[in-house]
Amino acid sequence: MNDLTQQAQDDTVTADQSWTHICPLQDLPIDAGIAALLHADTPEETQIALFRTSDNDAVYAISNFDPFSEANVLARGILCSFGEQIAVASPVLKEHFDLVTGQCFEDDSVSIATFPVKLDDGNVFVAG
Amino acid sequence: MSTKQRIIVIGNGMVGHKFLEAMVSSPQYSAFEVTTFCEESRIAYDRVHLTEFFGGRSADDLSLVEPGYYEQHGIRVLLGDKAVHIDRDAKTVTSEKGEVLNYDKLVLATGSFPFVPPIPGHTRDNCFVYRTIDDLEAMQAAAKNSKVGAVIGGGLLGLEAAKALVDLGLETHVIEFAPRLMAVQVDDGGGAMLRQKIEELGVKVHLGMNTQNIGDGDECFHKMSFADGSEIETDMLLFSAGIRPQDALARDCELELGERGGIVVNDQCLTSDPDVYAIGECALWSGRIYGLVAPGYRMAQVACDHINAEDSAFTGADMSTKLKLMGIDVASIGDAHANTPGAKEYTYVNGTDEVYKKIVVNEDSTRLLGAVLVGDAADYGTLLQMTLNDIPLPEFPDALILPQRDGNGATGMGVDMLPDGAQICSCNDVTKGQLCQAVSNGATALGDLMLATDAGTSCGGCKTLVGQVMNSELEKMGVEVNTDLCEHFPHTRQELYHLVRVGEIKTFGDLLAQHGSGYGCEICKPTVGSILASCWNDYVLEPEHVALQDTNDRYLGNMQKDGTYSIVPRIAGGEITPEKLIVLGEVGKKYNLYTKLTGGQRIDLFGARLEQLPAIWKELIDAGFETGHAYGKSLRTVKSCVGSTWCRYGQNDSVALALEIEHRYKGLRSPHKIKSAVSGCTRECAEAQSKDVGIIATETGWNMYVCGNGGMRPRHADLFATDLDKDTLIKYTDRFMMFYVQTADRLQRTSTWMENMEGGIDYLREVIIDDSLGICEKLETEMAKVIDTYQCEWKTTIDDEEKMLMFRPFINSDKGDSNVIFVEEREQIRPARKEERELVNS
Repeated sequence: MNDLTQQAQDDTVTADQSWTHICPLQDLPIDAGIAALLHADTPEETQIALFRTSDNDAVYAISNFDPFSEANVLARGILCSFGEQIAVASPVLKEHFDLVTGQCFEDDSVSIATFPVKLDDGNVFVAG
Repeated sequence: MSTKQRIIVIGNGMVGHKFLEAMVSSPQYSAFEVTTFCEESRIAYDRVHLTEFFGGRSADDLSLVEPGYYEQHGIRVLLGDKAVHIDRDAKTVTSEKGEVLNYDKLVLATGSFPFVPPIPGHTRDNCFVYRTIDDLEAMQAAAKNSKVGAVIGGGLLGLEAAKALVDLGLETHVIEFAPRLMAVQVDDGGGAMLRQKIEELGVKVHLGMNTQNIGDGDECFHKMSFADGSEIETDMLLFSAGIRPQDALARDCELELGERGGIVVNDQCLTSDPDVYAIGECALWSGRIYGLVAPGYRMAQVACDHINAEDSAFTGADMSTKLKLMGIDVASIGDAHANTPGAKEYTYVNGTDEVYKKIVVNEDSTRLLGAVLVGDAADYGTLLQMTLNDIPLPEFPDALILPQRDGNGATGMGVDMLPDGAQICSCNDVTKGQLCQAVSNGATALGDLMLATDAGTSCGGCKTLVGQVMNSELEKMGVEVNTDLCEHFPHTRQELYHLVRVGEIKTFGDLLAQHGSGYGCEICKPTVGSILASCWNDYVLEPEHVALQDTNDRYLGNMQKDGTYSIVPRIAGGEITPEKLIVLGEVGKKYNLYTKLTGGQRIDLFGARLEQLPAIWKELIDAGFETGHAYGKSLRTVKSCVGSTWCRYGQNDSVALALEIEHRYKGLRSPHKIKSAVSGCTRECAEAQSKDVGIIATETGWNMYVCGNGGMRPRHADLFATDLDKDTLIKYTDRFMMFYVQTADRLQRTSTWMENMEGGIDYLREVIIDDSLGICEKLETEMAKVIDTYQCEWKTTIDDEEKMLMFRPFINSDKGDSNVIFVEEREQIRPARKEERELVNS
């Protein structure tokens, strides 16, 4: 899981993305999710779900929008591991989404957006 | 004129009803027009379980007919009318009320009537027979003025009737002409053991008694005088001296009868008239009357097949029986009396445990011919199958009935030896082959298999065998029955529960480190969260527990499809003051919530955004409400009717008891939700018999029902214990709930939990009432701990500033979710549909 987190953190940030400061790391609940807002009050306003795991203090960011229920709820799902993969189960109808790739486990044709995360001096930043 | 073929059925007992069901299921049903006579005032009911009427089952409970079934299938029922004449030339039946009906095919299912020996005095008042619900009601009325009751006849039905007298609280005598009880089914040794056990229950048994006269008593209403000069006094007298076929109509229209009565039928159940059938206890096949329900059901199917021009034959029936008489197991198989030439017997008698077992084998000890079991009938299924299927005996046949004390388990025989055609469930005629088919079609749990095939759903005697067939079949299919909770824990829920208890494990992290692997998932986290709460009852939002909770438990509300929550404050027993109702109305109005009444007598407030939950709950708590745990797998509601306080019919204060029970168990985390209800009388307005724990007031206490539920697969609760005082009721409920919490699987309601339990409701009674596992004291202590540590989770939450952060819509913004949009419908809000949302957002 360590490698995967590193990979997420090392993702190149493209020109049209910028890092947004979200909150101090210590404000994130452990082994659970919380919602955050990117680009509030602009046309690019986006809801994301942040998850912090106790394993190695990794932080993941994915879209908060559950495409099945069409509701912004993924931050309120339960974290799961399947072998080496880590995922969240939607609290509405329990579909699983990989936190690294955004891929849905139950339906190959569905995936959701993921966002690069970096930790800097005890603060959480997300690009997107 | 109708071109349909007209079928008339005379008699709406168990067999008559089975025939109607068979007709409705037949492919050509629309080509028939079916009429049935029902002489009694009630349509078909379960006579086999008639005794339970005194144990608290109502006439409705005993009914075999789903409400509306006959109407739905266009069956005309002449209720309370009687067929008085059959004209076979004109093919008509005349009713007592004067109606003349034409038939193309006539089915006689007139049953039997109780034989009353012509003893002088047999027509006196307070003499009864035991066949219909009307008979039982008359007995019930007479019992109110009686102290002593006697049954003439010590056969199967006589002992059932004696049980009814015991239940009515009478000193009970059984008087039998033969030298032993149940003379048809058991031998001398078995009869003696049965007598000993019955007498221990307080019933006085008199054998070899020839009743000469019934006259006025000195102490009691009747005095019975016997040939040996002795006398017995009794207030009530019940005749149960056998049955006689009800063949009067057939006699009048000159159908062929047997010498000693009974309508003669052939293998197709046709009488001497090719348009008239006779089925059930009125029919005489090959010189025999079958007084059991299973052969009657078979005849009903055969007659139906023949009317539908299908090939089918009645070829006799096995008369083996297994029953529970006053809690005593009695079974009789095949040639129980060793009448076969050369037959030999093996007998096992255990005077301490009061068990009697006998097997009858053929001359060279290679085949089983019959058996008698008293006190322990667990081997019934195996022995019956060996007899019916001609299975070779083991080298030492007595091993079949000797107790297994070396830990090797029963020798018996594997179900694999049974042919596919072996009938496993005789009540519903289900073969081993049909069970195997259902298993391979996906019915891989006992409850599912029973539902798919009907096997084991009537008397339940074959349930163990059904389970064995299922397991053997699964093994053959190579299905490893994996009971692991999930990939993170190689344990069942029950095992995890014990690991938590015994190891005093307080967190998910510790349990995972000691007994699991990986990180956990949405299966094991909430399951363990629930177990930890059941055991230690910590606040569920403690930092080490919060991540385990499903969203409903994590935010203490019920998430709806749009991500908003609904709020259900506790309204214990459905009792609420006008002031509190006003508070709910004002909160609903202030926060613009959709309000609706629930099925559990509460009020649900919908459409609360995550960030609104703490403020709403603060107002509710300040007004005296507490959380209703509608979000948890825990005790939900205890519904009640208004009870004796207001109701003209109420027997007891159902509201007060419902309040007490709801407050006692509120907050108890369990494998699935638990519902309960209390009714103040047998009219059952609180619908207690559809609950996990249902309670109904009686004249003298409370009847307790368990393992019912509504929902996708409704299940009527089973009567568990009768006429309990309140303390005993609470004690049993403590034990029942804690035993369920400890041993059920994840998301298993009490109904499937009990159905999958070997021994079912009887086993449950042994554990809860008789304390057969010696765990009751522990169950009570553990329950007391949960009750003592109750807290309103919402009160704890709003008192904790830090917890408020959880309810912010976003960690970096207080702006609400712009995707949550409501529109108005019927003067309240509802979530916007997709197209409506898009319209608003554009």
